[in-house]
Amino acid sequence: MRTLIFRTVAPYLTSLMILFSVFVLLRGHNEPGGGFIGGLIAASAFAIYGIACGVSPVRRALYFHPMAISGFGLLVSALAGWLSYFFQVPFMTGLWTKVNFLGVPLDLSTVLFFDIGVYLVVLGSITSIALALEEREHG
Amino acid sequence: MEAALAFVVSVFFAVAIYLMLSKHIIRILLGVSIFGNAVNLSIFTAGRLMREVPPIIPEALQTPDSAIANPLPQALVLTAIVISFSLFAFLLVLAFRAYQELGTDDTDGMRVAEPEGEPLPPLGY
Amino acid sequence: MAAESIDISDAMVIQPTTLGDWMIVAPVGVPILFAAILLMVRHETRLHAGIAITGLLLTLAANAALLLQVLADGPQVMTMGRWLPPFGISFVADALGASLAFVATLVAAVCALYAMKDIGATGRRYGFYPFVMALMAGVGGSFLTGDIFNLYVWFEVFLISSFGLLILGSTERQLDGATKYAILNLVGTTLFLTATAYLYGTFGTLNMADIARRVDAVRDTGPLMTLAVLYLLAFGMKAAAFPVNFWLPASYHTPRIVTAALFGGVLTKVGVYALLRVLVMMFPVERVELSGVIAWVAAGTMVLGIMGALAQSDVRRVLGFVVISGVGVMLAGLALGTEEGLTGTVLYAFHSILAMTALYLLAGVMKELGGSYSLHELGGLYRAYPAMGAFALILMLAVAGLPPASGLWPKILLVQASLESGLPWLALAILATGLLTTIALGRVYILAIWRNRPEGAPSGEPNARPGLGYVSLALLCIPIILLGVYPEPFIRIAETAAAGLLDPSAYIGAVFPVEAAQ
Repeated sequence: MRTLIFRTVAPYLTSLMILFSVFVLLRGHNEPGGGFIGGLIAASAFAIYGIACGVSPVRRALYFHPMAISGFGLLVSALAGWLSYFFQVPFMTGLWTKVNFLGVPLDLSTVLFFDIGVYLVVLGSITSIALALEEREHG
Repeated sequence: MEAALAFVVSVFFAVAIYLMLSKHIIRILLGVSIFGNAVNLSIFTAGRLMREVPPIIPEALQTPDSAIANPLPQALVLTAIVISFSLFAFLLVLAFRAYQELGTDDTDGMRVAEPEGEPLPPLGY
Repeated sequence: MAAESIDISDAMVIQPTTLGDWMIVAPVGVPILFAAILLMVRHETRLHAGIAITGLLLTLAANAALLLQVLADGPQVMTMGRWLPPFGISFVADALGASLAFVATLVAAVCALYAMKDIGATGRRYGFYPFVMALMAGVGGSFLTGDIFNLYVWFEVFLISSFGLLILGSTERQLDGATKYAILNLVGTTLFLTATAYLYGTFGTLNMADIARRVDAVRDTGPLMTLAVLYLLAFGMKAAAFPVNFWLPASYHTPRIVTAALFGGVLTKVGVYALLRVLVMMFPVERVELSGVIAWVAAGTMVLGIMGALAQSDVRRVLGFVVISGVGVMLAGLALGTEEGLTGTVLYAFHSILAMTALYLLAGVMKELGGSYSLHELGGLYRAYPAMGAFALILMLAVAGLPPASGLWPKILLVQASLESGLPWLALAILATGLLTTIALGRVYILAIWRNRPEGAPSGEPNARPGLGYVSLALLCIPIILLGVYPEPFIRIAETAAAGLLDPSAYIGAVFPVEAAQ
C-alpha cells in the first residue's frame, strides 16, 4: 500500500477529509450531517494517513492519545447536558444564544457542543481501534 | 409492502438462527450480525411503512401542514445500528484474538476456562 | 424571533427544575463525567483510584438523596430535553429503581476501593476505572430510565463496559470465557431489541408508563403474550435463569477477582430488575398466565445452580453457581406475583448484590493469603488469619440464609408467600436450596479455612497485607448484618417497591401529571 503516489497524495487527502468532516459536523446544525458521520469521516482520514505513512506519524500528528480525545468529547457532551441545570430546565434541553462574531451573527447552542462532543468521541474511539489494527498488521 | 418486508425479516431470522447453531465462532458471528439486521428491519417495518414526505416543518409554520413520515423508527434503527456495529467490531477482534491464542474457532475445543475432567472437590478432610 | 410568543406548554415541560429533580439524572450523569475525566488522564495511573472513588461516592450521595426523596414523595420524574412524555425520554425513579441503584453504587464504590491494590498500573492504563464508571452509568441508567428503548441503550452501555473489564489482562482463559460471555449476551440483548420492535409496532410508544396505562386497551388485539415471552427469554438470559444460564459459569471465574465481584453482585440483578419492571408492571395479566413457567424456571435455576456449585473445586466457580441459584430465588417471587413475594424478591436482590460481591472479594483475599483458588490446595487460613475466618463465616451464613445475616428475611418472606399461594413445592425448593447452599459453602469454609494446611500447598504472598481487603469486606458486612438484625426499614423499602410495581398508578401519575389529575 505504501506506493509513492499514495504517500504523496495521502497528506493532502487527509487534510481535505478533515476539513470536510468539520463541514459535515457544522452542517448537521440544520441539515443532514452531524457529529457521528463527521467523526467517522475524520477517523477514516487518519486511518488513510496511517495506511500510507505508518502509524507513528499519525500518533505524532494527533499529539493526544485517541482515547484521551474521546474522553474529552464525552466530557464536552456531558457538560452540554449539565449546562441546562443553570437555566432550570431538564437535562439535555437545547439552549440557544446569539453571538456576534466579527460582525457575523451566529446561533450557538448546547446541541452544537453536544454534537462536537459526539464528533470527538467517534473520532477518538474509531481512530484508536483503526490504529491498533494497523499496528498489528505492520508490526 | 409490509408483507414483503415481513417475509424478508423471517428469512433473515431463519438464516441467523441456522448460523448461530453452528459450532464455529465465525459462523456464529455472521449469524449474530444477520440477527441484528433482521431486528433493525423489523423495527423499521413495525413503525409502519408509508410514502409520506420527510418530517420537516416548513419554515413559516410551527406544526407540519400535511401528513409526514414517522421519524422515530429511523432514529431507533440508527441507534441500534451504531450499537450493534460497535459490539460487532469488538466481537470480531475478540474472536480473532481468541483464535490466535487458543488455536481453534470450534466452540467444543474451547475448554481452557472450563477444562474437561476437573477433579471433584475433596470429599473429606 | 417568533418562537417567544408561542405557548409551548402543550409540547414542553414548563416547570423549572430544582436541584432535587437533578438527583434523578445524577446517578447516570456523574459516572459519565468521571469516566470522561478518567479517560483524559489515562496515563496518570496514580490518580485513577482517587478520582473513581470520589466519583462513585458523589454518585452514591446522589442515589441516597434520590432514594430519600422517592420514599418521602413517591416516584420522581425528569424528562430529557423538555419534551413532554411520551415524546421525550423520561427518567423515572421509583422505590425499586432508586433502592437498587443505591445498593449497586455502594458495592461499586467498595470494589473501586479494593481494586486500588488488585489492579496494577497496567490494568489501570488499559482502562479499568473508566470501564467501571461507564459500567455504573449503564447500570444506573437501566435502573432509572422510564423508556424501554433507552433501557436497551443502557443495557448495551454496561454490556460493552463489561466486555472491556472481562478481558482486562487478555490471558487465554479470559479470552475463552469472554468469547462465550460476549456472544451469548449480545444474542440476549438482540432478543430484547426484537421484543422492543414488536412492542413499538403494537403500542406505538416506548414510554413504560404510557405502555402500562394502555395495556388493557390493546389486550384483545395485540400479541401481548408473545411480547411477554420474548421479554422473559431475553431478560432471563441477562439474569442467568435456567436453561439459558450457561454463559455465567463459563466466564465469571476468568476475570480479575474484583471484576468478578462487581459482575456477580450487580449485573444479573439488572436482568431481574428488568423482568420485574416489564412483566409485573407492564404485562401483569400475561405474567399471571406465565407464572407456572416462571415457577419451574425459578426452581430449576435455584436447585440446579446450587448443585453445580457442589461439584466445583475452584472457589470462584463455586461462587458463579451460587450467583445463579440466587437468581432462581429471586425469580420465585416473580412467579408468585403477590406483594409479599415481590417484597421478598426485592429484599433478596439487596442481599444478593451485597453478599455476592463480598464473597468474591473474600475469594480474592483468600487467594492473596492462601495462594490458591483451589479447594484442594487451600487450608489453614483460620489459624493464620482469624479475622478473615470471621468475615467468611458471616458471608456464608448470609448466603445460606441463616441468621444473623441478610439472607434470612427474604427467604422467610418468599417461603411464606409460596405457601400462601398454594405452591408448597416452590417453598420446598427454596428451603432445599438453602440446605444445599449451606453444604456447598460450608465445605468451602471447612476446606479452605478451618482444616489444617494440606501438605505441599502453595503459600500465600510472602508479605501479604490484607488490610484493604478487610476494610472492603467490613464495609460490605455492616449492611449485611444490619439487614439481618434490623430488617424493618429495608423490608419497608422493598414493600414500597413491590406495591409500586403491582399498582403503577403513582408511577404513571408521576410521568403524566396532567392526565392523572383529570
